[in-house]
Amino acid sequence: MLEVRDVRKAFGQREVLKGVDLQVERGDVAVILGPSGSGKTTLLRCMNFLETAGGGTMTFDGERFQLGRVPKRDILRLRKKTAFVFQSYNLFRNRTALQNVTEGLIVGLKIPRDQAERTALQALEKVGMAPWRSYYPHQLSGGQQQRVAIARAIAADPEIIFFDEPTSALDPELTAEVLSVMRRLAEEGMTMLVVTHEMGFARSVSSRVVFMEDGRVVESGSSRDIFENPRQERTRAFLRLTGSLPDNPSSK
Amino acid sequence: MSERLFAILTDSFWKILLPGLTVTIPLTAIAFSLAMVIAVAAALVQFANVRGLRQLARFYIWVFRGTPLLVQLFVVFYGLPNMGVLIDPFPAAVLVFSLNEGAYCAETVRSALESVPAGQLEAACCVGLSWPQAMGRIVLPQAMRTAFPPLSNSLIAMVKDTSLAANITVAEMFMATQRIVARTYEPLALYIEVGLIYLLFSTALTWLQRWGEKKLGAYERQEA
Repeated sequence: MLEVRDVRKAFGQREVLKGVDLQVERGDVAVILGPSGSGKTTLLRCMNFLETAGGGTMTFDGERFQLGRVPKRDILRLRKKTAFVFQSYNLFRNRTALQNVTEGLIVGLKIPRDQAERTALQALEKVGMAPWRSYYPHQLSGGQQQRVAIARAIAADPEIIFFDEPTSALDPELTAEVLSVMRRLAEEGMTMLVVTHEMGFARSVSSRVVFMEDGRVVESGSSRDIFENPRQERTRAFLRLTGSLPDNPSSK
Repeated sequence: MSERLFAILTDSFWKILLPGLTVTIPLTAIAFSLAMVIAVAAALVQFANVRGLRQLARFYIWVFRGTPLLVQLFVVFYGLPNMGVLIDPFPAAVLVFSLNEGAYCAETVRSALESVPAGQLEAACCVGLSWPQAMGRIVLPQAMRTAFPPLSNSLIAMVKDTSLAANITVAEMFMATQRIVARTYEPLALYIEVGLIYLLFSTALTWLQRWGEKKLGAYERQEA
């Protein structure tokens, strides 16, 4: 459904993405793992045009785009089919929880207000935030804000949701609260591309794993393959270090 | 206080207040509204980095912040007629005050725009808002909340600066006072009186500012 090839991105002289390929099928929960600075977040942002890639191609629903040269109106159109969940939530500070969800529906998708509010309320219910619908972001905890942000993402019925380290700003309890919402979405068949450091979540929920380092994909495959039978030594080292792979004396 | 002075002061109070209500306030209101439009436009083209327009905005701010208001008034009212451009006193004052104030307020609005976290604009774009929609509905309202106190400052300063319009024959409060002084030879009392009326106007604006801040403050406390 969504495929990128040879994505490149440099900030000044520093190359952050050095030709990355990635593919997500409908219903996939694909997780991008890797150490800090490996380009995971930049890749995600390039895929939603928050950063302009230096090169590469994207195929989305059979449509092909030259990254870095996508016209504005195509970007706007593509964004209406996708959603993005940020590490820092980025709820609109001048909108209530409900208005945060309806904003895109009413203004972006031109859905009538009453219908948009019904849809938004359903989305808030799904993440357990309906009772807080008239609260402003500053009145909510980080976990609650992130759940509203997820409601905002799912309300527009996107074909794919990008998650950029959605729990990195949260304490363990709030992290669990957000991850359980994401787990439920995954079970419902939502297509998700998730950058995360939550190895437990990656292991138990994801269908595909991409391991990145230094702007390149080191290894990718089904979740089981990567977690149980990683081929690359670098992947093994990362998994061992994060406690996701038992120490294996034979590989030392 | 002598009876004569008391009579002059009460008599002149209305004679000064009236041009205050009919000239000073309309001049301020019209010029400041135009200044806001200029300021937001000049701030937006810089924020969005529109090639050409950004440089134009910088040039405009450079000129109007860098030259005295009084000189600007004189150039427009006494200078431009040399080129065949004749503007009546009041519109000339509106033109100069709005351009001058717009230059200062553009910087206020620009800094307020830059203080809104980038994620707000990104999130708005990600839910399918176009750039103008995202700016108009999400970023600009938040920026204006931040800019509100310094813009109120500018507005209060402008009420007082309109007294300079007396120099281009606009019959506002200060000119009315000068005329009464010329007739009565009571400069101290009368100039203090007009000062107090300006203070009255500023005080009313200060209350307006407090009310406005409260009204805009529904989402006031920002996340840490």
